Amino acid sequence: MSITLDTHVGSPRSRVDGRLKVTGAAKYAAEFTAPDLLFGAVVSGTIAKGRILRIDTAAAQTVPGVVRVFTHLARPRLPPDDEDYQDTVAPPGRPFRPLFNDRILYSGQPVALVVAEDYATARYAASLVRVEAAIEPHETDLDHARPEAYVPPEKRQGITPPPKQRGNAAEAFAAAPCRIKNEYRIASEHHNPMEPHASTVRWEGDGRITVYDKIQGVMNTKEYITGVFGLKPDDVRVLSPFVGGAFGIGLRPQYQLFLAVMAALDLGRSVRVELTRDQMFTFGYRPGTINTVALGAGPDGLLQSIQHEAVAGTSRFEDYQEVVVNWSSLLYHCDNVALDYKLVKLDTYTPADMRAPGAPLGVFAIESAMDELAYALRIDPLELRLKNQAATDETEGKPFSSRELRAACLQGAERFGWSRRRPEPRSMREGRELIGWGMATGIWEAMMMPHSARAILTADGRLEVASATADIGTGTYTILTQIAADTLGLPMERVTARIGDSTLPRAPVEGGSWTAASAGSAVLLACRKVQEKLLACARGLDGSPLANAAIQQVRFADGKIELITDSSCWMTIAEVMQTAGLERIEAEETAEPDAETMQNYAQYTHSAVFAEVRVDEQLGVVRVTRLLDAIAAGRILNPKTARSQIIGGVVFGMGMALTEETSTDHRLGRIMNRNLAEYHIPANADVPDIEVIFVEEHDDKANPLGVKGLGEIGIVGTAAAIANAIFHATGKRVRDLPITFDKLLA
Amino acid sequence: MNRFSYLRPGDVRGAIQEIASDPAARVIAGGTNLVDLLKYDVERPTRLVDISRLPGLDAIEATPGGGLRIGALVSNSTLAYDDRVAEHYPLLAAAILAGASPQLRNAASTGGNLLQRTRCHYFYDTGTACNKRDPGSGCPARTGVNRIHAILGTSEHCIATHPSDLCVALAALEATVLVTGPDGDRVIPFDRFHRLPGDHPQHDTTLAHGEIVIAVELPAQEFASHYTYLKLRDRQSYAFALVSVAAALDLDGDRIRTARLALGGVAHKPWRDTAAEALLCGRPATADSFARAADVILAEARGYGHNDFKIGLARHAIVRALEQAAAGTPQSQTDKRIR
Repeated sequence: MSITLDTHVGSPRSRVDGRLKVTGAAKYAAEFTAPDLLFGAVVSGTIAKGRILRIDTAAAQTVPGVVRVFTHLARPRLPPDDEDYQDTVAPPGRPFRPLFNDRILYSGQPVALVVAEDYATARYAASLVRVEAAIEPHETDLDHARPEAYVPPEKRQGITPPPKQRGNAAEAFAAAPCRIKNEYRIASEHHNPMEPHASTVRWEGDGRITVYDKIQGVMNTKEYITGVFGLKPDDVRVLSPFVGGAFGIGLRPQYQLFLAVMAALDLGRSVRVELTRDQMFTFGYRPGTINTVALGAGPDGLLQSIQHEAVAGTSRFEDYQEVVVNWSSLLYHCDNVALDYKLVKLDTYTPADMRAPGAPLGVFAIESAMDELAYALRIDPLELRLKNQAATDETEGKPFSSRELRAACLQGAERFGWSRRRPEPRSMREGRELIGWGMATGIWEAMMMPHSARAILTADGRLEVASATADIGTGTYTILTQIAADTLGLPMERVTARIGDSTLPRAPVEGGSWTAASAGSAVLLACRKVQEKLLACARGLDGSPLANAAIQQVRFADGKIELITDSSCWMTIAEVMQTAGLERIEAEETAEPDAETMQNYAQYTHSAVFAEVRVDEQLGVVRVTRLLDAIAAGRILNPKTARSQIIGGVVFGMGMALTEETSTDHRLGRIMNRNLAEYHIPANADVPDIEVIFVEEHDDKANPLGVKGLGEIGIVGTAAAIANAIFHATGKRVRDLPITFDKLLA
Repeated sequence: MNRFSYLRPGDVRGAIQEIASDPAARVIAGGTNLVDLLKYDVERPTRLVDISRLPGLDAIEATPGGGLRIGALVSNSTLAYDDRVAEHYPLLAAAILAGASPQLRNAASTGGNLLQRTRCHYFYDTGTACNKRDPGSGCPARTGVNRIHAILGTSEHCIATHPSDLCVALAALEATVLVTGPDGDRVIPFDRFHRLPGDHPQHDTTLAHGEIVIAVELPAQEFASHYTYLKLRDRQSYAFALVSVAAALDLDGDRIRTARLALGGVAHKPWRDTAAEALLCGRPATADSFARAADVILAEARGYGHNDFKIGLARHAIVRALEQAAAGTPQSQTDKRIR
């Protein structure tokens, strides 16, 4: 199918929900209310492992206004089977069951829910709950547990395990003239969305509930609730119109949802449970990961061997997996490749997908190692990468659907002024600051998921498109509006996008950078269907100027349907509908990835990141003064929101490189910096102007729109580019993120 | 957060009475620290006495001795941008602007800044032991996550730091603190206002229960031309100091007539070392002199593992801050370049 979308699609458009957001009119999960709403406060456990011997809730229960204190001993009946707690994103294992029994599985685990008539009362009463526990030995330290690392026996759905060895990597490494072998580590991180997790459950009577949840996909919440609580699908409606940042932590239903629904069903009243910032550190996170990379190359710089192993933490109860090592082989051509990915069980909650899950971890390792190789070989780091580019996906032996990585590298380098870089470390300086330029490439999957959407055109010339997807700040509302407006030739103001409602056509969670491709295609198909119905209608009208027109022969523009070959033959949409006596034209369509394309092509987005840092060596102060990300991601639907997506990802990468770290006291098995004052995301003062380039890339295979997704690619190469720039500035190779004072001064 | 009564007395006397009569009463002004502590259940007062609207405590006035008297309720923003402060005590303005965020500085009071409590992770976490929060329970920070902790003046009971930037400048400027309480008024030299943890880490200051800060007084000596506030932190804004240095010099040509030096982020109190200052007096303003001063200050410094790097960092920071002060190129709080 070929479609010209060129009025709004491809042009910078402001967010259609921007005004709602900046005026506070956009409502988030904890802002919805209900008559006689009750408020829940969660009591968090403090030990890392053991059994609850006693929970004293007496004092809490005597506080006026407290309605009920739920604990594992005082709760409604719950299904005992783990499977009932599965959600669509769950990794293999036994999902966490809140308040299920006396077992403490990790520090911060919810052990009670206090429900009261107001939030302050609930919170106060929660502080009075006393837990007595038998402590058992725990392990939260990845380094200690590393000898126990194992290959996950059951693969996680959607996660490609490392491919089998090609050639003989160890032998080729031993024989290679130039060898690099090092360990690269990334600290555990938390997502820290601005909006804390919250669920407001409105009791509708007769066991029916409406749930406002912080979630990246209402269907996941709905199916989780019906699974756990045995509710009929018709009795649960889930809404999540706006999400205040999620970055992956909103993919799986979290325990506040479970607790709010449990309390609402048990009490027959509306209940809201909102977590504190502190409690945002009591579930998913990006797992701390240790990479070992060994590269062997010839004097010509061509890779002869790639070995990349990674070990990452997971919980005792689930085998969380992400793609960490495969990227090394996807980026570079090499005949001898051995990749390995193992897990270590820790007494923590299960990690969660966090923006480009796995990719920035493995890419930091391989792109640092490539940088080290470049210095060892005295080859320009950019040139080394270009020399070794993979022409095909060697992990699966497929061609790429499109891959303008070389163009991204070259255009990025040109714009950054890379040719003016002096190759020697410590060779650029201004005042007391050493200046360093570093670069790295990035890669992420371009995915599409089955996705449904509905389009309704009404006689007043308005169009509504709807789907149960989410907008987690990415601009989904806006791009769906653009696509729909262009398809039917309407101004954007006449189009409304509705999302975040489980009564709308089915959609997967918003994640993996697949929403623009999937939801966009679904909206396109539904609008195409409306076009066809409308034209059929127009054709049938008496004396219609479009009587014999086929769909390929007409254009929808300016609220009209007109013959492409004769612009004097046209009817307005309103005219057609009024004459035909139609109130509305409705169509629902499902977009699916093309099985043959999936079978035959590898689909990825790519980037080249260039960074300039200035380092005061004596003081260990690093300032990132320039960042440029050149992106090859197919068609760009909206350069304005697209740029925002990349900038956000790049800032995430800066955090990974320089500031973000979840600090655990392993004696206590407890995270200690559970707030935004001590968990450091970059502040405005840290972030320079970030330049984003979108490289021309035409992909007619990825999906009907030719888009490849932008949510994740911005972060992927950033940390490596910054670390490489720091090496260029200082001659110090820090292989342990984040690069903080202590590491730079050591 | 527990339940408490909230009182808003009309004058200072009334406020003191309300506080003094209840050992579990707490004073609230800007609330930028106390409200956090309430939410974390670290503070569980029976009553909050709101002094934020008390009359007469929000003025900045010249003193007969040529100094400046800053009312306890003057906000951090007002203080930093006051013309007299910006012109005559730029070290103070720079230190204030190095801290927190504009929103916090708008709300935070001068007196409250003196009384803010440590950022020690264990102090904030009622799920762990802490001698400062719960005397006698232990100090997990000594062998725990202690990257942000003290290297000077620690005790076996506590290695917490005082988090203020403003106070580091006040220490260097030799301010005095005017307090009033049930037994009348007192003037406390700044160096004696905050205390070291010793055997009683639960006490941050020498303020008695029932006493409140009325004002802070700056002496006449301003150090308006040779000063710097150098703050090193994990990001370039909105982070507490790992090490900060307030340096002020009075120069006679290239010789140092008077030196003032105080460190933040390294001890339970703003760390001023008069021996290091004395050493600098009469010496040339050179890197060598500055390094010797750093040696004196850090002679007794010790790390606890994660914070070992602070000793070397502090050494470089002291030298750099004094160099900047001597050169008259103070650290800018907007342009983050360090000279």
